[in-house]
Amino acid sequence: MAPPKISLRGVTKAFGPKKVLRGIDLDVAEGESMVVIGGSGTGKSVLLKCILGLMRPDAGSIKVDGEETVGLNGRGHEAVTRKFGMLFQGGALFDSLRVWENVAFGPIQSDGMAPDKAREVAIAKLGAVGLGPEIGELFPSELSGGMQKRVALARAIAREPEIIFFDEPTTGLDPIMADVINELIVKCVSELGATAVSITHDMASARKIGHRIAMLYDGKLIWQGPVGEIDHCGNTYVDQFIHGRADGPIQMQVRKL
Amino acid sequence: MNIPLITLLGRVTLDFLAGIGAITTFSAEAIRQAVRPPYYFRQIGRQMMEIGYYSLPVVGLTALFTGMVLALQGYTGFARFSAESAIPNVVVVSLTRELGPVLASLMVAGRVGAAMAAEIGTMRVTEQIDALSTLSTDPLKYLVAPRLIAGILTLPLLVLVADVIGVLGGFLVSVYKLDFNAITYLRNTIDFLQFQDVFSGLVKAAVFGFLVTLMGCYHGYTSKGGAQGVGIATTNAVVFASVLILTFDYFITEAFFAR
Repeated sequence: MAPPKISLRGVTKAFGPKKVLRGIDLDVAEGESMVVIGGSGTGKSVLLKCILGLMRPDAGSIKVDGEETVGLNGRGHEAVTRKFGMLFQGGALFDSLRVWENVAFGPIQSDGMAPDKAREVAIAKLGAVGLGPEIGELFPSELSGGMQKRVALARAIAREPEIIFFDEPTTGLDPIMADVINELIVKCVSELGATAVSITHDMASARKIGHRIAMLYDGKLIWQGPVGEIDHCGNTYVDQFIHGRADGPIQMQVRKL
Repeated sequence: MNIPLITLLGRVTLDFLAGIGAITTFSAEAIRQAVRPPYYFRQIGRQMMEIGYYSLPVVGLTALFTGMVLALQGYTGFARFSAESAIPNVVVVSLTRELGPVLASLMVAGRVGAAMAAEIGTMRVTEQIDALSTLSTDPLKYLVAPRLIAGILTLPLLVLVADVIGVLGGFLVSVYKLDFNAITYLRNTIDFLQFQDVFSGLVKAAVFGFLVTLMGCYHGYTSKGGAQGVGIATTNAVVFASVLILTFDYFITEAFFAR
């Protein structure tokens, strides 16, 4: 059996007294699309940042292609991040650069590609997410939210990464644009043959882009399995979450007015 | 909540020491990145334009009026004991040693240091700095190192221009308002000026350039939260840079001129 592309064992992370991750075990196979769902503030973004190396977990192991990544610095860290592409929740486009420069940033700065060649690559990637070459000359502030997400997706796939991370890819978008982004994610991931890890609380998005789903609650993964099994998993927490009910074992701490 | 005084004192001291440690670590890593290739020449050039060229109007005006006021104040003071002829000397030495570098740097701290903190702070809170990391680009190397290099290289040039404009301000007031002889004024200025006066001012400018850009970058880079966090970072960048400029000014002056 092939080793998992990404493997987490006993990952913990706390901020002061607040324990955000309390021992995460997760395997993502090569070419698989894993979606981590969970409510706001449950540590989904922290989990993603730990895998990306943007945060160091307090304990545990994170392996990519069997190589331990926790504690990597400098060139070792760069070599691992070379495998990654990331679509940030707010796009995180560089607002001082034009759209094509955003998309070509990785190829130029990190891979040393000539700007002319990188521009061609950028325009091709913009085409892949349904944006014309004229968009490349605009600045991110001139784009709508949906277009910014598409540019961010083009940037995430520009270096043809082996692993792509999606942080709340549909948040803040109308349902139609959200579905367009979901379609693009499925298309791009499948064309690249990449492994994908997404975090979201949008169940329509999770069902569309994921092969497997894991639910994070109270710092632990309380359930994981194929997308088709989530509706019959028998876990009351998962059931409450996917149906968006206020009543159930997950209780919000709200005070009376 | 009633916190005992000793607890409060301990907490403030620990926070202060932690802050010094964080700034020192940040500086050391930023310097390490600044001296190691590759260098982002386009970024360095852009920052040099921002720090130097675009600061010229405000620094030039500050220097001009400072030189004019120095001449005017010097005249009213020195006239009391018939030492008006010392005005060219006082103007040029005050400007090159002290007022040129300090005032120019304070102006740059307000204009550029604040803008750097706001820009980098906004990049932090909108995850653009995280995005740089995921694109295999070290944010310290790409964002901070070019600003530090540009600050160290550009401030001395800016101060040199400020020195000339300041002396010109003193000259204009002395010649056209106080009836000094233009040739004598200029000769006195040049004869009295020593290499060390200008050199010490340029060394100060380089150090202040480092401090202004470091504070702008550090406070922006470590900003937290949203708009409020960026606002606090901007204020801190200017306040810390200003205090550090005045503090280091004393120590550099002592290193050059103390007997």
